[in-house]
Amino acid sequence: MTDPATPLLDWLIAALLVAGSLFALIGSIGLAKFGDFYRRLHGPTKATTLGVGGVLLASALFFSRLSGAVSLHELLVTAFLFVTAPVSAQMLVKAALQDDPAAPKKRGDATLSPKG
Amino acid sequence: MSPLLLGAANLAIGILAVALLLCLVRLVRGPSVLDRILALDTLYVDTIALLVVVGIRFAEPAFFDGALLIALLGFVSTVALAKYQLRGDIVD
Repeated sequence: MTDPATPLLDWLIAALLVAGSLFALIGSIGLAKFGDFYRRLHGPTKATTLGVGGVLLASALFFSRLSGAVSLHELLVTAFLFVTAPVSAQMLVKAALQDDPAAPKKRGDATLSPKG
Repeated sequence: MSPLLLGAANLAIGILAVALLLCLVRLVRGPSVLDRILALDTLYVDTIALLVVVGIRFAEPAFFDGALLIALLGFVSTVALAKYQLRGDIVD
């Protein structure tokens, strides 16, 4: 099983690839399986973002080794995704709370009653 | 490209394909419009990961520019759709 010719960096890249795609899969399972919109929002916003971050880190390592120079494009996309995912999630929740008749309408009314 | 890396990239492509299918299930079934917007958002984030993994699989950095483009356009489209759902207008 353990091939002595395989460098340590290969193991690291492979582990990051598989772990990242598994996190993305977990996020999508959450999106497909959970019961209402607020619960569904958790999978894509957290698990999927972390998974894509892992895959992009693997890509940064891989292309840094391939070209022999540090490849920073991937970190650009990672930073962009990590900044934009909470923003779009917050916009979606704002729209959902506006459509939800059970949601508190005033700013100070913080006690959200659990739905069913 | 070592066989380990090749196998890991192929496995990751398979896992991400299943994740995309699950997003498609929510996109078709989703009871509200917001569920569909969220499913589209997740689809594009998963597509970024898929493009990056395919770029590693074929050792071809050109795939990465497509991933960057999808990241930019996907965010703008999600915000525009959510804004339209929130206010009935995109620019206000």
